[in-house]
Amino acid sequence: MMIRGNALIEGMASGALLKLTDPLSLWGGVDLQTGRIVDASHPQRGAILADRLLAMPGSRGSSSSSSALVELARTKRAPAGVITTRADPILTIGALVADDLYGVAIPILIISEDDFARLSCGATGHLWCETGRSVLTIPGREPVRFSGPTV
Amino acid sequence: MKLEPIDRALLAGEHGAAAGRAMALLVRYGEACGAERFIPIESAHIDGCLYHGPSSIDFVERFVDLGGKVRVPTTLNVAAVDVTHPGWHCGPPDIIAQQKELTRLHELLGCLPTLTCAPYQRMARPRRGEHVAWAESNAIVFINSVLGARTDRYGDFTDLCAALTGRVPLAGLHRDEARRPAVVFELPSIDAARLPRDLYFAAIGYVVGRRAPGIIPYLRGLPPDANEDELKALGATGASSGALALFHAEGVTPEAADMPTVGLPVETVSPAEVAGAIASLCRAVEGEAVAAVCLGTPHYSMHEFDLLNKAVDGRRRAAATEVYVSTSREIAAGIADDDAFGPLRAFGVNIVVDTCTYLAPVVRETSGLILTTSGKYAHYGPGNLGRRVALMTLERCIRSAETGRVVAP
Repeated sequence: MMIRGNALIEGMASGALLKLTDPLSLWGGVDLQTGRIVDASHPQRGAILADRLLAMPGSRGSSSSSSALVELARTKRAPAGVITTRADPILTIGALVADDLYGVAIPILIISEDDFARLSCGATGHLWCETGRSVLTIPGREPVRFSGPTV
Repeated sequence: MKLEPIDRALLAGEHGAAAGRAMALLVRYGEACGAERFIPIESAHIDGCLYHGPSSIDFVERFVDLGGKVRVPTTLNVAAVDVTHPGWHCGPPDIIAQQKELTRLHELLGCLPTLTCAPYQRMARPRRGEHVAWAESNAIVFINSVLGARTDRYGDFTDLCAALTGRVPLAGLHRDEARRPAVVFELPSIDAARLPRDLYFAAIGYVVGRRAPGIIPYLRGLPPDANEDELKALGATGASSGALALFHAEGVTPEAADMPTVGLPVETVSPAEVAGAIASLCRAVEGEAVAAVCLGTPHYSMHEFDLLNKAVDGRRRAAATEVYVSTSREIAAGIADDDAFGPLRAFGVNIVVDTCTYLAPVVRETSGLILTTSGKYAHYGPGNLGRRVALMTLERCIRSAETGRVVAP
C-alpha cells in the first residue's frame, strides 16, 4: 500500500505503525520518563511511542507538547515519524527544535482522513517526506514464497 | 517566504546573533505552516519556561550565550515548582535548582518572571485585533476568544523565537479567514443542562473541545452574563479535551457579531452529553476519603478568591484533607495583605504560587483522591500525578474538605 501526502517536516523514517484512535497531547498525555501514553481518557493508554510511526488523528492540548517531543527526542524515546491528518503548529516546532538541538529528525506527514482510516496498527511502514513527493509505503505481509521445501 | 527588510536584517544577525538564530528557526517554521510573510507582534507569553528536562535548558541557554534580548514585552508562564515554598515540594529535589536556573536564563533574555498561566487576568491584556505570540493553551483560547486579540496556537520554542525577533509568520489564527467559525453548536441552557453554574462552563468546554477538533466553533446559547472566570474555565477545558484555540459565543465574545454563520452546519449539544462529560470527570464515590482539594487551574483570580473566602467562612477543613489554591505571586500577595481573607486562612487554605498543583506534587498523602473545580485539572491530573481526581462544585469540594470525605451533591 502506498499513501501520498504532504510533508510538514521533511525526512525519512521506518517503523511499526502505532495508530491512535483519538488525538493525543504529548505533554500531559505521555510520561516523559518512559514514553508511555498516560492520558487516563485515551483509548491507547499504555502504548509506547519510541521508534514507532505515530499515526494520530490530530493533536490536542498543551503548548508544552513541543517541549515534550524534544525531551523525548533527547532521551531517544521519540516516535520515528508522525503521520496525521491536520498540520499542527505545536508538533511542527517540536520537530524543528529536535533537529536543531539534537540532530533528531522526526518527519511529519499529513494525509487525508480517508487514507488515515486505511492504516492499521502494527504494520511496518516507511515514511519518505520531501516537499512535493511525500509517501508512506506499507509493504504488507512477508513476500509470498513461490519455491521452497515441499511438505 | 517573502522577507521584508527587517526580516532579512534579523536573519543576517544585524540585531544580534540570538535574534538571527531565532529568525532562522521561524523561517523554517513559517515555511512548514505555509505562511507567505511575517508580521510584527506586540507581546509574547512564554511557555518554555516550564522545566521538562535538560532540553528546556539547552534551548534557552543558546540564546543567552549569544547575548539575546526579547524585542517585545514578554511574560513567563508557570514553572514546574513553587520555589517560595520548597518545604511543600514532594517531587524530585533536583527540580528546584533546575527550575530556578531555567527561570533565571529567561530573565537574562529580558522576560518578566510573572510565572502565571493567566497573565491576562490583570497584568497583560492584549487589545482586540492586536497580533501577539502567546503560548499556554488556556491563555491562547482566552485572549483570542474573550479579548479578541490574535495569537496562533503556539507551542514552546516558537514563543521565545517570536519574542527574540518581534516577528511571527502570518499563519493560523492571525489570519481573518482562519478566525471564522466552521460549525455552530446549539448549547443547552444552564437550566436545561440541570447543572450547577460552576460546572456548566467546564462541561460545555469539554464537549466542544472534543467535538470541534482543529476547527472554530460558534456557540449559541451561552448565558449572556458569562463572566471572565467562567469563560476561562470553558476555554481551558476545551483546550485540554481538544485543541480549542478560539471560540465565538453569540452575545458574549467580541468578534461573534461579525462572524458569518449562514450555511454553517448546526449541531445540537444535548443535556445528556453535557451531563456525561461531568460524569466522566467525576468518578468519586460518596464517603470516599479525600486527600486534598486543589483549585486554581488556570490560576485563581481575585474574584474566585472572594467566592472561596465566602464559601469557607466559619468552617474548618478536616485535618487529613489539604486544600491548595494555585495563583500568581501578585494575586497571592494581594490576598496575604488583606484582612478580609481571614476566613480563607482560618479554613487552612495553602496558596501555591508560580506553578500548578497538577505539575508540582505538593499533596502530602500520595495516593488518595483529589477534588477540584477545574475541568483542566480533572483531565490532566490523573495522567500527570498518577492518582484519581474528581470534578465537582466549589460548594461540594468545601463540604467534603470539612468532613474529609466525599459528600453527596
